[in-house]
Amino acid sequence: MAEILVTGLVHVYREGAVRALDGVDLRIAAGERLALVGQNGSGKTTLVRHLNGLLRPTEGRVTIDGTDAGSMTVAQLAAKVGLVFQDPDRQVFSGSVRSEVEFGPRNLGGRGPELATAVNAALEATGLAGEQRTNPYDLGQSRRKLLALASVLAMRTPVLVLDEPTTGQDARGVDRVRAVVDAVAGEGRTVVAISHDMRFVAETFERVVVMRAGRVVLDGTPADVFAAGNRDVLGSTFLEPPLPAIVGARLGLGATPTDEALVAALETRPSGR
Amino acid sequence: MTLTLSGVGYRYAGAAQPSLLDVDLELPNATVIGLAGASESGKTTLCLVASGLAPRTVGGRIRGTIRLDGEDVDAWPMHRLAERIGIGFQNPGTQLSQVADTVFEEVAFGPMNLALPREEVVERTWDALDALRIAELAERDPRRLSGGQQQLVATAGLLAMRPTHLVLDEPTAQLDPAGTRLVADAIGRLAAAGASILVAEQKTDLLANVASRVLVLDGGRVVRDGPVDEVLGDPTLAELGVAPPSAARLRMAVAAAGIDTAVLGSLDG
Repeated sequence: MAEILVTGLVHVYREGAVRALDGVDLRIAAGERLALVGQNGSGKTTLVRHLNGLLRPTEGRVTIDGTDAGSMTVAQLAAKVGLVFQDPDRQVFSGSVRSEVEFGPRNLGGRGPELATAVNAALEATGLAGEQRTNPYDLGQSRRKLLALASVLAMRTPVLVLDEPTTGQDARGVDRVRAVVDAVAGEGRTVVAISHDMRFVAETFERVVVMRAGRVVLDGTPADVFAAGNRDVLGSTFLEPPLPAIVGARLGLGATPTDEALVAALETRPSGR
Repeated sequence: MTLTLSGVGYRYAGAAQPSLLDVDLELPNATVIGLAGASESGKTTLCLVASGLAPRTVGGRIRGTIRLDGEDVDAWPMHRLAERIGIGFQNPGTQLSQVADTVFEEVAFGPMNLALPREEVVERTWDALDALRIAELAERDPRRLSGGQQQLVATAGLLAMRPTHLVLDEPTAQLDPAGTRLVADAIGRLAAAGASILVAEQKTDLLANVASRVLVLDGGRVVRDGPVDEVLGDPTLAELGVAPPSAARLRMAVAAAGIDTAVLGSLDG
């Protein structure tokens, strides 16, 4: 399992004076479920691309289990951090669903029954067990996205990074993604997910990091981050807390980031029902 | 200015099963109709069929009739339909012309092809860019933008056409909450100006905001069709793979705990 330490991370894209990351400090413990939120262009994707070496810091550093990510080869990083892109068509290329999912773990040296077990588990978790021979491009966009998730899941990396995992997913797809996050974190592996879906974030993650203009502006539990006192900071990044948090604040019930939390607060309030 | 589908069925070339069965849909002017349904329930297919792209450019076989203001469009070529019905694809990369080097030219591409006077093309282009607050991207290369920015550019291109009928397939899939709000506002303004708009979306919160009527597809059939509050407030919606809007879901959770939902007050806006 792996601890990630981000220190004074700055990233300036070569073509412009755009400081996509402007000094990010973050410690992510092994087994944490962390959601990264913020407007388009706030630096979320740039940040996670440093975790698996797709981008190298302009300043500052990223260490994984104490080793500087900059000194690790792409292959070493790939075994530690699995990244699922927002657009599955940027990573899907095989002729069948099964071979797509086999590709990653095979490259990490997986063979025989161990490989088969990892692949089967990933297909099962994403609901694709019945589609092993299907050409990925015969799947609809939403299931192709679940396939991209399966192909990284099968690598069983200590850290799993998901970029917008729920876009284009229907209610069942969102439930599947949530179950995958829970299962992976339950094994002590770390999940970092970028999301614009505050309801999914509040219901699935234990820590929420809010980014604005390349910096971290809020960092805490969903109850903390979506608390009434942070409404203005969230608003400055054009984010709104999930509806139950807004209603809970209006009714004076404290921090209620999920429907469940709001119902619990209503049940225990002094005036009763 | 009404688009009408009667008994429409559709089967993709080579497919064993039809993707749409017996769909009836009436899309009058100044109206937004929402289209919900699980993945692969037929939403995208219905968008392609309602805009005339299927079967004209996609192939496959269609049944039933599609009428535009009472006229059967069966024999109409694509270019004639395209003047009347705009379509926004799910993946904005598909939408971009690939020939424009700047966002401004990209958005101007459609109106320019309507042979409008130059001043009007320029005015429409800035209006559309301003409506989606992407005027500062005007000089950028549309192929080198983020997915969210491309989705706004593609939508601006549709707005600049000032269509009377518009079909949008998940127009906010790649957008953050701020972008989603801008697109919702733009849809509302277009409808207020008289357009008829069909929006397919997983985000039922967006449909609850913009649509007056919602259809739900399941296995290629319309299984719900009614006023937005009735369809999206139906507790059986989740069984169809559709997440209810936040407000409806919260009310259901509170009611399920035996608490009077009146304590929640108004959940609008």
